[in-house]
Amino acid sequence: MSDDSAKTQSAALDKSVEEHLDSEQLVRENIGWMLALAQRILGERGLAEDAVQDAFIAAFRGLADFEGRSSLKTWLHRITVNASLMKLRQLKRLGEQSIDEHLPEFDNYGCRIEQPWSQLVDIETVLQNDRLRKIVLDKINTLPDSYRVVLQLRDIEEYPTSEVAELLGITQNNVKVRLHRARSALKKLLEPLLRGEMH
Amino acid sequence: MAHRHKKGFRRWLKGLMLKHMHRMITCEEFESFVLSYLDGELPARQRSIFELHMRVCRECREYLAAYRRSIELGQSVITAADESIPDDVPEDLIIAILDAQKH
Ligand SMILES: [Zn+2]
Repeated sequence: MSDDSAKTQSAALDKSVEEHLDSEQLVRENIGWMLALAQRILGERGLAEDAVQDAFIAAFRGLADFEGRSSLKTWLHRITVNASLMKLRQLKRLGEQSIDEHLPEFDNYGCRIEQPWSQLVDIETVLQNDRLRKIVLDKINTLPDSYRVVLQLRDIEEYPTSEVAELLGITQNNVKVRLHRARSALKKLLEPLLRGEMH
Repeated sequence: MAHRHKKGFRRWLKGLMLKHMHRMITCEEFESFVLSYLDGELPARQRSIFELHMRVCRECREYLAAYRRSIELGQSVITAADESIPDDVPEDLIIAILDAQKH
């Protein structure tokens, strides 16, 4: 083996070690929040792990094209959302789903039917109580996927309506309708907790 | 029975009032404006009509307060859950990801 070729070989080896270290670091630094994000969209841990694996594969493939127009985290965020939505799509869980049973009710005169509220729970009371916090998370997970996803992306991840419409392939108006219904259904699902009847 | 009758009468009267009086909207119409109102997208005139309905209608006022509170609850509970994510990232998943990258 000539000196030159040994040098080239060792340089190539260094490069591959470097790349490997880089990707390992990338995974270690980001996997935690990416799993949490995927789990919020998918509603379960097993699927979230699959989605995050897909997201990293897509990220490694696209890393060369990543031009730093957004921060690395923003870029990975969108890739994770996309991979999670893809999972829901594969499972055919993003079609029209009924949420009617949780929507507000009106009488024949167009008047809202709403039991009087004597109190509304404070945020702090819920945050300080593990059981109440778990109820909130469970109720969000009860929403049909096509609604929960919109609620997550708009209210929690704070994506603009236009971007959610693009990600889901639906109209902006449809995003707004789903968001309102999702919030309204969540309000109904949380009613006993909101009325302070659960602690 | 008499009580239920009275409630029905009140709703009927309220329905008539909301439907026919100047600058009034029904609760169903109110419902269709909620999202744009909260997004600050209602033009001034529609906003004042929306707010007028809230002043005269206990049901919609309380409904909207509970609706807003559930959004806030969702946001703060999820944020709190995220901050307490355990750092014990599954090692086998990391290995699987790095393995998949090599192929
Ligand atoms: Zn009303």
